[in-house]
Amino acid sequence: MAKAGQFFSSGHTNNWAVLVCTSRFWFNYRHVANTLSVYRSVKRLGIPDSHIVLMLADDMACNHRNPKPATVFSHKNMELNVYGDDVEVDYRGYEVTVENFLRVLTGRLPPSTPRSKRLLSDDRSNILIYLTGHGGNGFLKFQDSEEISNVELADAFEQMWTKRRYNELLFIIDTCQGASMYERFYSPNIMALASSQVGEDSLSHQPDLAIGVHLMDRYTFYLLEFLEDIHPSSTTNMKDLFKVCPKSQCVSTPGHRTDLFLRDPGSVLITDFFGSVRKVEITTDTINLTAPMVHLEDTRPVRELRTEIQTYMDQLPVAEIIHQKPKQKDWHPPDGFILGLWTLILLVFFKTYGIKHLKHIF
Amino acid sequence: MVWAERHRGRLAALAIAAVVIAVGVPLWWKTTETYRAWLPVAQINELAQLQLQLSVEVEVVFSKGTLTAEHQKKIPPSNTRQEEHVVDETTRLRYRYETRYRTATIMEEDALNQSTAAEADISLHMLSESPSGSVVIYVVPESSTVLPEGVSVYVGQRRTALLRAGGQMRVAVALKEVLASLETWIKQVLQVMSFSHGDITAALSDRVRPGDRSREGLADSMRAFKSSPGYEITFSLLNPDPTSHLLHWDVEAAISSYIQPLLSKMAPVANFSIDSQILYYAVLGVNPRYDPTLNAYTLNADSLSHVINPVEARLGSSAASSNPVLNFLLYVPDSRHSPLHITDHRRHTVPSNAFSSPRWGGIMVYNVNASGTELPVDVHIDMRRVMGVFLPQLRLMLGVQSAAPPPGFLIGPCGNAGLADWELDRLMWTRSVENVATATTTITSLAQLLDQIGNIVINDNIAEQVSSAVASLQLAVGQLEVGNLGLAMQYSKEAILQSERAFFDPSLLHLLYFPDDQKFAIYIPLFLPMCVPILLSLLKMASEVRQRPGQGQAKKD
Repeated sequence: MAKAGQFFSSGHTNNWAVLVCTSRFWFNYRHVANTLSVYRSVKRLGIPDSHIVLMLADDMACNHRNPKPATVFSHKNMELNVYGDDVEVDYRGYEVTVENFLRVLTGRLPPSTPRSKRLLSDDRSNILIYLTGHGGNGFLKFQDSEEISNVELADAFEQMWTKRRYNELLFIIDTCQGASMYERFYSPNIMALASSQVGEDSLSHQPDLAIGVHLMDRYTFYLLEFLEDIHPSSTTNMKDLFKVCPKSQCVSTPGHRTDLFLRDPGSVLITDFFGSVRKVEITTDTINLTAPMVHLEDTRPVRELRTEIQTYMDQLPVAEIIHQKPKQKDWHPPDGFILGLWTLILLVFFKTYGIKHLKHIF
Repeated sequence: MVWAERHRGRLAALAIAAVVIAVGVPLWWKTTETYRAWLPVAQINELAQLQLQLSVEVEVVFSKGTLTAEHQKKIPPSNTRQEEHVVDETTRLRYRYETRYRTATIMEEDALNQSTAAEADISLHMLSESPSGSVVIYVVPESSTVLPEGVSVYVGQRRTALLRAGGQMRVAVALKEVLASLETWIKQVLQVMSFSHGDITAALSDRVRPGDRSREGLADSMRAFKSSPGYEITFSLLNPDPTSHLLHWDVEAAISSYIQPLLSKMAPVANFSIDSQILYYAVLGVNPRYDPTLNAYTLNADSLSHVINPVEARLGSSAASSNPVLNFLLYVPDSRHSPLHITDHRRHTVPSNAFSSPRWGGIMVYNVNASGTELPVDVHIDMRRVMGVFLPQLRLMLGVQSAAPPPGFLIGPCGNAGLADWELDRLMWTRSVENVATATTTITSLAQLLDQIGNIVINDNIAEQVSSAVASLQLAVGQLEVGNLGLAMQYSKEAILQSERAFFDPSLLHLLYFPDDQKFAIYIPLFLPMCVPILLSLLKMASEVRQRPGQGQAKKD
């Protein structure tokens, strides 16, 4: 047991990663490339697909405008294809919503959700959360139609903490004004990094003329260069991660927040979050089993062949399929209700006081 | 008559204002409030202050020769000892040991006269069955040969222990001193067979964040899985070289003979589902090094941690539930890297040739001699050896601790099921306490959350689940107080299931956060056009009322 101290110094036994790209449309290619590059690094350093929840809001690899289908490149001149042929996307397209993201974090998923779409972390899991997309002061835009605010995110992390769903959490965000998203965190053991401060924009790195869009964002590009030097047994710590992409390279000022984190960032290894280094123990006890094995062939009953005729379940009549009745929705007042109300008020006014006042309006 | 019209106008304005305030505002309030079913908040707050009492029934049986005749007459029939511990300001523990004393019956004397402790143990079990959670201690005289030399206590397969009376018993001392000296030994026995304070505080880790726990304690808590209603176990055979080795393993028979008895015995604790698979061309991610001194390939302990990840990607899982998965891998090295040994930090080979990873599973390397000239070689794997390694790994993963016993103790073999009754009792004590602690924190944090965020809708089914979870928790705590371990375990499992279902209900996620400016943006176009005329007319009336006394005065003059 003397070695126990050496092995169990960081307090976690498994690693999870939640990687989210929140933008859709072809010109936001770089956000998908960002997320996929982080996904590649995390897989290379050891986290298996079963422990990664990857959410991509749009399909760039099979987009009609992609001149090289089934590929997503992250370096210009198409050096590195981060899509590959073993990528496992858990939430794709319109499934990436604020609601689903919060459900994954808090665990409040419907019972029919498969294992691969769940974050099954426990109190000894270190979780890496990476968000990228378009953001503003205090919010992050999802799918161009909804947004998540920093208060909701902080509340979601607090719910994770009360249910002990993480040991330590590393939160990285690469959006404009990203630092505003971690301002409101108040749960312990969270470390946060952002690509830009409030009031600054995060800029993209380089366009590729053949594909026609920007391929990566600056912060993630330099983050990946940094991660390329990390291998599963390296001992680089978080303080080096904070120095990634200074203002000269990034144009924006990256920020970080460590006041909620209990350990000193200098003692936290990069592989504590990005990799998955398993603790192992040699097995010293064995049991000498003396009872003979009971073979099962004789005890299994002989299965009879089914001889009944198969029948199909009741099919839906065609008429019902083709001419479907509209679903019952809750009653809402018609859309022009307020407009109609104002028109009514104006008409009553003019009726009472006379039509001569009309000239003052028109 | 203008005055009458104005009066009618004033009455109309007042009537409208009255209707708006008396009818409109309550109607608006009622229709925009969220439905929140009633929760038993008072009972939940009571549970936040957890006061657990664990009762253990101890029976001490004196055999012939341990007590003098006059001591036997004066011996008290029972004795109760209580220990109080305060863990933190919301958690208190009380351990209550109810000890009964009696002398041995003739049949028990015969059983104790056997030649070895193991045989005595078996004969004693045939005489009586003790309920779950209790401990029976037989005190044998110092001269008895049933215990080997130097051993003071023998812990049997079921719930009995054989204790050798100390030297103090021989001399004619008062009964009190005899009992007192016995008490120290009994305390030690109970710490081994029942629970120790350390185990219980470790089980409460959900409520009490451990401040400065020892390294060993931390390692123990990280190794075993947390209490869960079910576990999935997968046995995998990895064959990286099918052209050289044709492996046969009768895993179904092995599981039903060796693993299933253990899991059936642990049925009160959790459900288990087992499956097995064979993977071909699955290699370890690490290259073993050739060691000429051993004439074999070696894998050092430092490189073992990198073995698991590449393999895990290939394993797959057929588990349809969210239960934790335990993986047991049997790796047969390919012919180019045979034989393969695992070495520890001091470069000694490990006899079991296996290692485990906490909360994940175990891996064993099985070397075969491919000495046949005809490839592929038929290999029949010795499942007894394999299961002899997987079984202790499984026990460790499930939380059956085998801590080193105190000096003078001899722990008997665990029998066919691979698990002694008292080990199961120990597990049930810690798991029940852990379940109760987890369920109380879940319920109290759910109540706190629902209180804090006023916009969440609380449906009836959630309120029902919370109420039944609270009821099960109260029952579980009650049964622990009385000492019915089996019932306490069952109620605590129900409490956990219901509280988790209530906490993780998908309906508890509706819009949580409404910023204030959005609230104004919704209500202003609806209410402002209506309120402005009413307010203006009320103000006009008020100013007229204030002017009238002035006018009246002027008129009087």
